[in-house]
Amino acid sequence: MQLFLQQVLAGLANGAIYAGMALALVMIFLAIDHLNFAQGEMATFSTFIAWQLLAWGCPYWITFVLVVAISFVGGIAIERVLFKPLHNADILANLVAFIALFSILNSADGYIWDYTIKTFPTPFGSKPLFGSVLIDAHEAGMLVVTAVLLGLLYLFFSGTRLGLAMRAAAHNPVSARLVGIRVGWMTALGWGIAAAIGAVSGMLIAPVVFLDPNMMFGVLLYGFAGAVLGGMTSPGGAVLGGFAVGVIENMAGTFVPYVGRDLKLTIALLVIVAVLMVRPAGIFGRTTVSRV
Amino acid sequence: MKHLTRRTVLAAAPAALAFGGPLLAPLPARAKQYGPGVTDHEIKVGNTGPYSGPASSYGTVNKAEAAYYKMINAQGGVNGRKINFVSYDDAYTPPKTVEMTRKLVEEDHVLFVAGSLGTPTNTAIWRYMNEHKVPQLFVGTGATKWDDPKHHPWTIGWQPNYQSEGRIYAAYVLKNKPDAVIGVLYQDDDFGKDYLKGVLDGLGPKHASMVKVKATYETTDATVDSQVVQMKSAGCNVIINTAIEKFAAQAIRKAAQIEWKPLHVLSGIGNSVAGTLKPAGLENSKGIVSDFFVKDPTDPEWHNDAGYKWWVGFMDKWYPEGDKTDGANVYGPSVAATVIQVLKQCGSTLTRENVIRQAASLHHFTVPMLLPGITINTTPTDFAPIKQVQMARFDGERWQLFGPLLNGAVG
Repeated sequence: MQLFLQQVLAGLANGAIYAGMALALVMIFLAIDHLNFAQGEMATFSTFIAWQLLAWGCPYWITFVLVVAISFVGGIAIERVLFKPLHNADILANLVAFIALFSILNSADGYIWDYTIKTFPTPFGSKPLFGSVLIDAHEAGMLVVTAVLLGLLYLFFSGTRLGLAMRAAAHNPVSARLVGIRVGWMTALGWGIAAAIGAVSGMLIAPVVFLDPNMMFGVLLYGFAGAVLGGMTSPGGAVLGGFAVGVIENMAGTFVPYVGRDLKLTIALLVIVAVLMVRPAGIFGRTTVSRV
Repeated sequence: MKHLTRRTVLAAAPAALAFGGPLLAPLPARAKQYGPGVTDHEIKVGNTGPYSGPASSYGTVNKAEAAYYKMINAQGGVNGRKINFVSYDDAYTPPKTVEMTRKLVEEDHVLFVAGSLGTPTNTAIWRYMNEHKVPQLFVGTGATKWDDPKHHPWTIGWQPNYQSEGRIYAAYVLKNKPDAVIGVLYQDDDFGKDYLKGVLDGLGPKHASMVKVKATYETTDATVDSQVVQMKSAGCNVIINTAIEKFAAQAIRKAAQIEWKPLHVLSGIGNSVAGTLKPAGLENSKGIVSDFFVKDPTDPEWHNDAGYKWWVGFMDKWYPEGDKTDGANVYGPSVAATVIQVLKQCGSTLTRENVIRQAASLHHFTVPMLLPGITINTTPTDFAPIKQVQMARFDGERWQLFGPLLNGAVG
């Protein structure tokens, strides 16, 4: 029983990592209808900036706010410079641009900060929570921050004019433009928000997995899986999907005899395929219909 | 270049004597035999390394090798021949290694390739080198498969291989923890399985059941926390941790966090103080044991050691931009020094056949940064140059070597 609980909680802790990444992926997907392969590298780059600021002696929370702001602006800048010229281009052109961005950011990390792993501080401490060894303070903190982030996004999209405008721009760009919404800038805003969410998840993940240029590579795969499971169009679904992938993966690894550990990602992906056969848009996703 | 064989030279000698040696004076004192890439003034040596890409932190190995050859050239080269070290970036991508190695062999016409880095990369050119009979010397990887002179007579390893290390850990555990319940953490690929095989072989069929948990990880995993939790729950009191630095550090930290205190054996892959133990927490790392074959440049124990002083001098003069706390910069010049020894033994018979023959006849050769007593030995049936290691225990600040030199020779 202790093992079961421990593995569920370890799964949730991993799941929180995936959920943060899934959330950022969904944000850009909502804005541009493509998966951003460079999402993980953007988050890693933000985390390296945070690490550098901390190394220079900047206090944690100031760094945190600063990096989120820098990432927001950076995300907008990437959209304006790199992807705005491509917004009518073929999907393959976009794909190549994503991969280029991935490669550029990854190499830049290594060039500037080298490839050795670095420790990253946690604001929550790493003491076991409530004296139990089941979950530590940082893991609990991650769960809370992910929940808060999701709440804020919900309020933003359902309760503010800007949020509504963004949804309109993504849902029906032509009509949105006709009612006076600047669709191009809404897309850029989506990039900015996604980069900022990525920065938060990067700073939360780094204390657990250590910071290095390839920190997000595996996480991105699981994040994709989580986002697809929950639904690419649903931020809440993506978060739940991320948690689900984390738990399923851990359970399979621990309790499926012989092949469990070796095939745990396969098992997680099988579950996803099974779900998608029943609900192609993901559990919480909305089905998009496009006129041909 | 006319290719003389040993036999024609030997056959010609009595004839020369019969006709009165002095009349045929232009015959050189020792017949020269040159393979591709060799002249009276130069030997071309090929190499590939990860100067860019995900493994580029290891690229410094190849840079340090280049620095060593530069030093040799400044000292006059080997028998008057300068080393022309042609090194290309393969970005740690096997297809690129093939492309670059073919360029080295077919366009640059190097005599041989030495010190190329990486297991997947060297695997990609393994067959090519053996089919074309070009020596692939002292590959920068610890896979056991390089020690296979029967099937791959043109490829030779250098460092202690993973199976040797695995055997040494097994022997250590059997001796120090007879009631061991072992968990092995290893990467789910050839590299990890090499370690596991060494451990299981070392335990022998009688004790193989001591290994209760065989936990793998993928390099794409976020953490290995779950594996560590599983080992603790299964009642393991020994962990053999053969993970790469990042995951090795996670395992050490997680063990401390869940208050699990097994005998922790850490493999040579992940035993860097700066790379693993510091991120994991020095306090958490206390008591861990591991194995070494070169001197740790950060260890003050060596600061008055002649070999260490030589190395610092070498780094200052020939590779000043290199990091003196990075073990990779100890590795590079040590490999290059072994290559130079092979070339010295070749004399003026610089053919590919003789290069591999000499690489397979190193006897009690040593380089400054190997641990005292460890020597490099090869024979035509033994292509594993370094077989000895010494155990060390981490005291919270640095590794303390203990016990005798251990030999984990496989086969």
